[in-house]
Amino acid sequence: MNQFLAIVIDGVIYSSWLFIIAVGLTLIYGVMKILNVAHGSLYALGAYAATAFGGYWLAQGYPPMGSYGMLVLAAIFVGLVAGPLIERGLLRLVYGKEEVVLVLVTYAVFLILEDLTKLAFGVDPLSIPEPYGLLGSFEIGELMYPTYSLVLVLLSGFVAIALTLILGRTRQGKVLQAVIHDREMAAGVGINVSRVYLITFTVGVMLAALGGALTAPTISVQPGIAAEVIVLAFAVVVIGGLGSLGGAALGAVIVGMVRAWAVHKWPEVELFSVYAVMALVLIMRPKGLFAAPEARKI
Amino acid sequence: MGKTIMRAAAGLALAALTAYAGIADAQGKRETIRIGFVTFLSGPAAGPFGVPAKLAAEAIVEQLNAGRAPAPYDTKGFGGAPLELVVIDEAGGTTKQVSEFRNLVSRQNVDFVIGYISSGDCLAIAPVAEELKKITILFDCGTPRAFEEASYKYVFRTRPHATMDAVAAAKYLLELKPAIKTYGGINQNYAWGQDSWNDFDLAMKVLKPDATVTTSQMPKFGAGQYGAEISALLQSGSDVIHSSLWGGDLEALMMQSVPRGLFRKSQLILVAGEPYLHRLGANMPDGTIVGARGTHGVFAPESGLNAWLKTIYKAKADHDPNYPAYSVALAFLGLKSAFEKAKIEQLSKSIPMGANKGVKEEMEKAYNLGPSDEQVIAAFEGLSFDSPSGRATMSLGKGHQAVMGTAYGTTKLVNGKVTVTNIKRYPAEMVTPPDGVSSPEWIKGGMKPKK
Repeated sequence: MNQFLAIVIDGVIYSSWLFIIAVGLTLIYGVMKILNVAHGSLYALGAYAATAFGGYWLAQGYPPMGSYGMLVLAAIFVGLVAGPLIERGLLRLVYGKEEVVLVLVTYAVFLILEDLTKLAFGVDPLSIPEPYGLLGSFEIGELMYPTYSLVLVLLSGFVAIALTLILGRTRQGKVLQAVIHDREMAAGVGINVSRVYLITFTVGVMLAALGGALTAPTISVQPGIAAEVIVLAFAVVVIGGLGSLGGAALGAVIVGMVRAWAVHKWPEVELFSVYAVMALVLIMRPKGLFAAPEARKI
Repeated sequence: MGKTIMRAAAGLALAALTAYAGIADAQGKRETIRIGFVTFLSGPAAGPFGVPAKLAAEAIVEQLNAGRAPAPYDTKGFGGAPLELVVIDEAGGTTKQVSEFRNLVSRQNVDFVIGYISSGDCLAIAPVAEELKKITILFDCGTPRAFEEASYKYVFRTRPHATMDAVAAAKYLLELKPAIKTYGGINQNYAWGQDSWNDFDLAMKVLKPDATVTTSQMPKFGAGQYGAEISALLQSGSDVIHSSLWGGDLEALMMQSVPRGLFRKSQLILVAGEPYLHRLGANMPDGTIVGARGTHGVFAPESGLNAWLKTIYKAKADHDPNYPAYSVALAFLGLKSAFEKAKIEQLSKSIPMGANKGVKEEMEKAYNLGPSDEQVIAAFEGLSFDSPSGRATMSLGKGHQAVMGTAYGTTKLVNGKVTVTNIKRYPAEMVTPPDGVSSPEWIKGGMKPKK
């Protein structure tokens, strides 16, 4: 198999993973204008919950295929518990304040969740490798890829299509777009903005946790994974334009492809390449590639 | 004859020290020795390194304070004085660590500092320790630059530096597979990973000049996703893949690469793989070459000290100690040896030859004062001491850097458990440059042992 094809396949797999971990961040920013620094911790929480749920399932001797359901269930559980708790308990108290205050509050949540995770799960690495190998692998040329990576690509595509359809074709999506466009006007026509915020934040948390839960079978889940992921997720959404779903997808594809190219062709610059692209994009389009034009308010 | 007299004098002094330790206990005059202990309590290095190191430090201090360590470490505390730990988190980067170090010295008033897993922290702290004149023992970092590029009076490192890990890996590989033609690597993109790969590459160029490098992958520390790197390594067709990855990065690499068959064709070398044998299980391919950065863990010699460390550590952690725990033991036992050697010398000097009056008072005074920093430093330089990993000798860096031999072995799955076979040991002089010669120079010069 030639190197070009390997770069494309590796790039697609990595881009899919990036999209899954970044989409919740851009959704929350798009609707609520909150740069959620705690996104990484929620990703980590999803990964930890996946090891707990999946580990329990496998330890009981239930059919191993059910462990995939456990990964999704773990993400839903984290979303339903942490989402309302953070939104109702903290963020609601600081809506209307400057964006920097909201960033600081989510940073505080990040620090709190980091310590809570350590208290709950300890510092020893946890793992749930079974789902990664359960589906076997497939070959393209002389390279072997786990089928799990293919599932990740399909799932990422499904999430992108589902969110696009929900936002563009459903009544709830149009309500959401109204809130994105003008919160005050939306409230003025009778939209329950507070409820929209709660649902959006919960879905955003669920997506962050889903990213973590789907990553858990490929890594060792341990303290520190949150910080690594948040930096990458920021790079992706900043390239695409904060708050833009299409932007997050394009950002993920750009970062994924550039990184795969660097690893194969010029490994010494792999670390630098992602941030070089981000800097280049921001020089040319300071608000990212897909930043929506902002309505001028009087 | 001279040796006999010296031994008798040392024995007398030791007996006096033990006797006066009892007096001081009874009189309550002994002061606590405060030790600042710096290790990762958060971040990715906490689980595999930092917390095991803290558990080992706590277990060792409890044992030393109770006088329950095996001989020659069976006196209580350091020379009878109990130890107290002041534990600090190493996370946060070098700037924070320099502030924490200053805080330990000026506010916490610690007597000694033992710490630092990160090579970056070691390089940043050493000059500050020198400036503040605080005896500091670097317990786990590996960079050879600490004592090859600088000279310190107050700083010691009680474990060998990382050059031996790379040199011994190359030697072991070529003894096992002399016909290899190509080699590649995957190492973390920071000081440890880069030094490890550079030293291994240099050693291979000297020992096997016709072998060529296929690819050197340098993923970011904590990257977690290695799909593209694994494809690049698979396409490189390397006979050998060298890796110094550790912690979650190593586990993630193995979880992602084994299902893709990376090591079916390539021989894998894991320089720091030993602590993960039990965790990786089936994800550790048979025939992997593993090291423990010294004669620690499965490579540790059978001894009373090794059995002791295993017992006290397992009581706290429920599993065998890994190599950072062994590094902690080296630091505490090395400092105890130096402190007590200095104290014995001080006590010996406090008894005037032929005096028949005031002997007890002079010895009490000397005992209660304890040795000065200058005396501890003098006793530490060039010291040889026993540890659970074997005997260490402070013979590099003008007596401030320890040397020990090392070992490598090959994994074999037996009844579902990963074991290490075909263990080969390398004496220190075969894998470590002599004093005053930098690691790259020594490797390029053919790695000749010191005569």
